[in-house]
Amino acid sequence: MILTALDYRPGIIVLVPLLASCLVYVLGERIRPNCREGITFLAAFTMAGLVYSMIPAALAGKKIGFTLLEIVKGISLRFSVDAAGMIFACVAATLWIVTSCYSIGYMRGHGEKNQTGYYAAFAMCLTATMGLCFAANLLTFFIFFEVLTVATYPLVVHYRDEEGTRSGRKYLAYTLISGQLFFAGIVILYACTGTMEFVPGGFVHRGDIPMPWMLAVFFLMIGAGIVKAGVMPLHSWLPAAMVAPTPVSALLHAVAVVKAGAFCTLRIVLYVFGPEAAKSCHGSEILAWMAVATILVSSLIAIRKDNLKARLAFSTVGQLSYIILGISILSPYAATGALYHIVAHAFMKITLFMCAGAIFVTTHKKNISDMIGIGKRMPVTMTCFTLASLAVAGFPFFVGFVSKANIIMGAVSMGKPFFVATLIVSALLALTYLMPVVLMAFKRDFYNSQFPTYGEASLPMLVPIVITTACSIILGIMPNFGLHLYDFAVMAGNAIFGIMG
Amino acid sequence: MKNLPAYIVLLPLCSALLSLALSKIHRHLGRDVVFCALTGSLILSVLQLRQVIAEGPIHYVFGGYTIPYGIEFSIDTINAVIVVMVCLLGVLSCMFAFNFDTKGDAVQVGGAYTMHALLVLGMVGMTMTGDVFNLYVFLEITSLTAYCLIAMGGSRGVVSAFRYLLVGTVAATFYLLGVGILYSVTGTLNMADMAKCLAAGNNDSAMLMAMLLLIVSFGIKMAQFPFHGWQPSAYTHANTGARPLIAGAMGKIPAYAMFRYLYCIYGPGFKYFRFILLVIGILSVCGMIYGSVRAMAQRDIRKVLAYSSVAQISYISLGFAIGTPLALAGSFLHMVGHAFMKGGLFFAAGAISWKYGTFDLNDFGRIYKKMPWTAGLLTVGALSMIGIPPTVGFFSKWYLAFGAAESHQYVYIFVLVLSSLLNAIYFFKLIEKVFVQGEKNKRELHPNTSLEVPMSMMIPVVICILVILLLGVFNVKLVDILLISLKGVAL
Repeated sequence: MILTALDYRPGIIVLVPLLASCLVYVLGERIRPNCREGITFLAAFTMAGLVYSMIPAALAGKKIGFTLLEIVKGISLRFSVDAAGMIFACVAATLWIVTSCYSIGYMRGHGEKNQTGYYAAFAMCLTATMGLCFAANLLTFFIFFEVLTVATYPLVVHYRDEEGTRSGRKYLAYTLISGQLFFAGIVILYACTGTMEFVPGGFVHRGDIPMPWMLAVFFLMIGAGIVKAGVMPLHSWLPAAMVAPTPVSALLHAVAVVKAGAFCTLRIVLYVFGPEAAKSCHGSEILAWMAVATILVSSLIAIRKDNLKARLAFSTVGQLSYIILGISILSPYAATGALYHIVAHAFMKITLFMCAGAIFVTTHKKNISDMIGIGKRMPVTMTCFTLASLAVAGFPFFVGFVSKANIIMGAVSMGKPFFVATLIVSALLALTYLMPVVLMAFKRDFYNSQFPTYGEASLPMLVPIVITTACSIILGIMPNFGLHLYDFAVMAGNAIFGIMG
Repeated sequence: MKNLPAYIVLLPLCSALLSLALSKIHRHLGRDVVFCALTGSLILSVLQLRQVIAEGPIHYVFGGYTIPYGIEFSIDTINAVIVVMVCLLGVLSCMFAFNFDTKGDAVQVGGAYTMHALLVLGMVGMTMTGDVFNLYVFLEITSLTAYCLIAMGGSRGVVSAFRYLLVGTVAATFYLLGVGILYSVTGTLNMADMAKCLAAGNNDSAMLMAMLLLIVSFGIKMAQFPFHGWQPSAYTHANTGARPLIAGAMGKIPAYAMFRYLYCIYGPGFKYFRFILLVIGILSVCGMIYGSVRAMAQRDIRKVLAYSSVAQISYISLGFAIGTPLALAGSFLHMVGHAFMKGGLFFAAGAISWKYGTFDLNDFGRIYKKMPWTAGLLTVGALSMIGIPPTVGFFSKWYLAFGAAESHQYVYIFVLVLSSLLNAIYFFKLIEKVFVQGEKNKRELHPNTSLEVPMSMMIPVVICILVILLLGVFNVKLVDILLISLKGVAL
């Protein structure tokens, strides 16, 4: 047992966006927009700085964290830092800065209403995400999970129109039902095992719950995660939530919500049940097949979508299932790959979404069929789009390759040829649905009178796009660049399966 | 401070008697006296709670008669907490009522505050008393004042009050029948003494009969399904100033009385104890679902909240039906929490009606722009009703569910889950109305206010928000206090 060194940083990291959210909400309408966005940026940079400052300690394998208070009888609200949490925290903190910058360009460029509420809810989502990253036990995790559910709702209904309302209801129906079942699962698990602390490799033993019930509890708990991660057949809220402004989609799809779902699945399969119990109750097997089905079906649906954001949404559904598949293969390589895919997918998908948003704000085009020749008008944006598409397909020297290679190695080591085949086929499918966009954009022999000359998106939108594209290439060549994210993924994988580094 | 429990009851009583007379001198003199007296009671009840925690239960005997003959107030940590809750809600709603006493002549205004003070007195007395017949007296005081306060809500209020009066009288009769049976068996009216006699004797069938009568009686009074018929219209048409107190606290006190009969007087040694718990459990389960389903269909926010109370009171009785110490603690946490959630939501509804004169949900479009704090309270209260952390509703649900899991009654967990989801349907409808739905051109009834509503409405609103959140985050403190007394009586 490693003693936990007292460190308040995880708590402060959760507090910073919370304060920012309150400040923005209370002052938002009374101060100038620049000051309001200043608060967001200040919080984003402070938070990122704090997260980065914990990297050395976490990398050295030190357990840091602290107990805030006893939240219910016998269980405390506890934060601690581990490798898996650090990965998610680093990604979210980094991308918050990027998305905030992009949001300013998008929201002002598009003349959106209710911006105060938007920034406040955005910061609240980050609070919840940070809480999820550093939660040391299930109850703390659940509290932030529910806060995230509620905080995302205002973002989904941002436009306050009929369609937004309907999507909002759909979103709530999916997430609240699964959240409440998660709650029931937690209660039953706690009553049976008497503990809640996350342990790499899990704390549930085979005999804790009799057999068929073990599977029931497993799915009660996993349900919330796979709904948020959009595993089919529970994915339909995700494309519906596309009505929100693009930065929200970027946040939903790359940073906070869906990743929280994937992370939740990871924590439950590998830190609560553990490989052994998950395998013995057949939960991981069923989950893996669900993921395989999702990867294939969603890619096929994506091909048919003409709306760029909808196509990207189905691509997200598929990519998220890579993470789920990586988790449920139950091998160290696959777990490493799954964790690294959280990073990889975040950078790739946020680039794609930001490109889609930039196109929409600059040219008001939503559909792919209207984008013929757009590369002439927005060369930088479309180049970034191309690079990110290649990354999604998993080309070598792009970040997507690193994670997929790890997952495939895991599948090979566990002797699952079908999973390997799925991953390869899905890479081809990804090319099938993303390359047409690129090819159309750069079509030479067709003159589109709508895009006659150069006219790029505004700088606050362009800069983030270039940064995230650069990240997805750099991290593909040097997976450890800067934040040591690959080391963290390997560390977490080894810890879960009990391999000494 | 030897006479602390007596002062808590006497202060509102004196002020109630004075209020009507003083209002002859000046329109608002009576209400000021009542307000001061209630505040005094609140302070004393907090002192009493501290004393109980520090020194153990208080047994206060009136007039120095020896115990099975005299009247006794017995206060442990549970009812000390409930008394604080009742007094706080009494003070807040009295303050809130300041804004609604503009109509009517001075005597009517004074009389309304008399009733208000008497209602608080009745509930406080019912909570603290250790004597079954004394409980009946306070029960009647509570009921009679409630009839008056409901009847003050206009012509429809009179009809609702009359309906409640008929049903309430039946409840009181059933209570007397139950007590009569127990008295004939034991020959005593003191609760502690009765518990001893019942444990010593062998009267299981008489006790069963009495308990069934008592369940019906308390079921009517707390508006437990299927005895809730009077409640929705009564809550809806009650006097706006008194509504938060009636809806927030009045149903809880009979529930506490039921707890006392179940766990303190009968105790788990009773032969049919499990059977009784099962009956209560089934009624609660039906009530939770029925109340929420009915609430969904309503358009008037008062009706929504009233039916939601039918569901929420069942959470409390569900905890009694589960019976483990933590589940009971959850029940009482929910009792205190729900008083402020429901009271708070009625404060918010009252504030909206004060400003715009409407209770119709469809008129609430984007009200948050004009009334941010009220909208905040509606949101926090609604989330707490659904049971989203970190509000108090989540934690009481946690204890109930954990108690159910501990005693392997898994059905209750899923009923709790189902009930939260049903709550989510109509409370998110409310949130959607407040934040999303298009704005309507509403005429402000009181256009010249610097705050969104006057200070005397603002304070209850803000305090309710704080209580819901703080009680949630620091629930362990309250649960620890409750467990001091629960350890001895629970299963």
